[in-house]
Amino acid sequence: MRLLFDSNTWQEIFGSIRKNKVRTVITMIGVLWGIFVYIAMSGAAKGLDNGFEKQFESVAINSLFTWAQSTSMPYAGFKTGRQLQLKLGDAQVLQNRIPEIEYIAPRNVRGVFGGSPGLIVRGQKTGNYAVYGDYPVFTRIATKKIYDGGRFVNDKDIENARKVCVIGERTQEELFEKGENPIGEFIRIDNVYFQVVGVHKFTPGGGFESDSDIYIPFTTYQKLYNTGDRVAWFTIAAYDTADVVQVEKDVKAVLKSIHRVHPEDERAFGSFNLGEIFNRIMGFANGLTFISLIVGVATILAGVIGIGAILLISVKERTKELGVRRALGATPREIRYLIILECLFLTLLAGIIGVVLGAAVLNLVGNLTEGGDFPYTNPTVPIPWLLGALGLMVVLGVLIGLIPAQRAVSIRPIDALREE
Amino acid sequence: MIQIKDLHKSYRMGSNSLHVLKGINFSVKEGELVAIMGSSGSGKSTLLNILGMLDVADSGEYILDGIPIKNLNETKAANYRNKFLGFIFQSFNLINYKTALENVALPLYYQGVGRKERQAKAMKYLEQVGLREWSHHVPSELSGGQKQRVAIARAMVAEPKVLLADELTGALDSKTSYEVMDLIQKINDQGNTILVVTHEDDIAHMCKRIVHLRDGVIVEDKEIEQVRASQYVQ
Repeated sequence: MRLLFDSNTWQEIFGSIRKNKVRTVITMIGVLWGIFVYIAMSGAAKGLDNGFEKQFESVAINSLFTWAQSTSMPYAGFKTGRQLQLKLGDAQVLQNRIPEIEYIAPRNVRGVFGGSPGLIVRGQKTGNYAVYGDYPVFTRIATKKIYDGGRFVNDKDIENARKVCVIGERTQEELFEKGENPIGEFIRIDNVYFQVVGVHKFTPGGGFESDSDIYIPFTTYQKLYNTGDRVAWFTIAAYDTADVVQVEKDVKAVLKSIHRVHPEDERAFGSFNLGEIFNRIMGFANGLTFISLIVGVATILAGVIGIGAILLISVKERTKELGVRRALGATPREIRYLIILECLFLTLLAGIIGVVLGAAVLNLVGNLTEGGDFPYTNPTVPIPWLLGALGLMVVLGVLIGLIPAQRAVSIRPIDALREE
Repeated sequence: MIQIKDLHKSYRMGSNSLHVLKGINFSVKEGELVAIMGSSGSGKSTLLNILGMLDVADSGEYILDGIPIKNLNETKAANYRNKFLGFIFQSFNLINYKTALENVALPLYYQGVGRKERQAKAMKYLEQVGLREWSHHVPSELSGGQKQRVAIARAMVAEPKVLLADELTGALDSKTSYEVMDLIQKINDQGNTILVVTHEDDIAHMCKRIVHLRDGVIVEDKEIEQVRASQYVQ
């Protein structure tokens, strides 16, 4: 151990490394490449991971949607092909019967899944936009960013069926002058005046929503379009700990019993399980991370073995030098340390350069993809991974170094000197 | 300084063994300059290797400055070599990527001497062999004679009890050989004990005593009138 912290030891090692530059560089390339691949790949995997997470950040990841279709099996006296319709009352039943449900938001819409979009008029300007009927609880499931000064639909709006609306960025752009504050202004939705109470910021993230959507209170929607207690679909969020796939099954089972559908009728209710998709994508990202870990470690291993092989050759090449050193009084232990520390030093130096290069490439790729549609955000390598890789290199470097070191001391000084 | 009694050494070559040293007895006093002569195969290099603890005898006694040299493991041998012996080789055996100064300082490194002191001491010995201004040149930039003088400085730097030189002029022309021998004589004049293995008569006659080896035994051991090498050097 004393040898490790002795500046003389390091001078010997630097001397031997500095004077064999080509060998040193070639030796280092293997490990450098290995750690570079490791950093670049695991960073990229982390970037994808972060990217996917960002895509889903505006929606509760354990949420699902369910809607009614038509039956495909006769049941309880009903013939097959009966068109089903979700009712507002279903929400309460679902919430009561399935304790895993945290929030349930009934929604209606015009202009997305059929039905004509609302005709929106303000002064001389008109446009056709999708109109949603919503409960405030919806924002618990999918966050809606509202620009300063505005708000989403609230409970009072629902209670009094107020004629208020939240408009989209594009709606604002198309109906209002530049710089004009839309909050408090009135627009006409299908010939009824609504007061604008908020502008929502659109976050891309898939789905059918857009930056021009208009949200109005569910109760107001009922009156405006005469929908009664009909509901287009439920957006449901389960508790974080719940199994979303099971919740989805339970929801469908409950709906089937309410609507008197054959328990085995698979087509009666449709659903889209965001939680399951999310889990699948995250599984993919995790798999990618795992693969990058395996590939990275394997490449580092290959690189370190390369260093060992080149040092083995270099020991052969330096037989005479090592013999001279021993004739001059170097003990076998000192020779062994010299070779092992050389191996270790080369490994670590190559590793650190590889980390720097890998980080630079990650940074470059991160900057290039910033703001694009590609799900790739903040590619980083967790510090424990980095330390783990460096630790692995130290261990492998020493272990591999043992082979040429052993070879070096197994040569007797007299044979080394005799060799021409 | 050196006492050797009934030294035997044989090498195993396949099935038959080659008896190289067949009972060597001799001793060297402090300050002697001894030439060990003999044709190739006479066992002179083997003897030197055993004296240098690079090789071990099969049987016999070897006492160096009162210390019996036996049961050596590699580490112990390395420490003895470092403390007691200085080596000069035919092919110089300088480390080619180290400067003359670093080469000379190397034995001190293995003694654990600090860098500053090492370099000062190495410089002192380089100066003694007349290579002060060549201290930062690597061996490939030096002539054969210069290389051997660096090697001599390296052998001297640890202040060993005995200098062992194996055909030290073998790779040098006669003029350079005499220069090197002049240096060796001067070092001997300061009281250092030196053993020179050679097969060249003129080199041997520059020593004070000649030991003749033939077929593994000493056939002649005589004190001679030393020829000073300085008369051949301008």
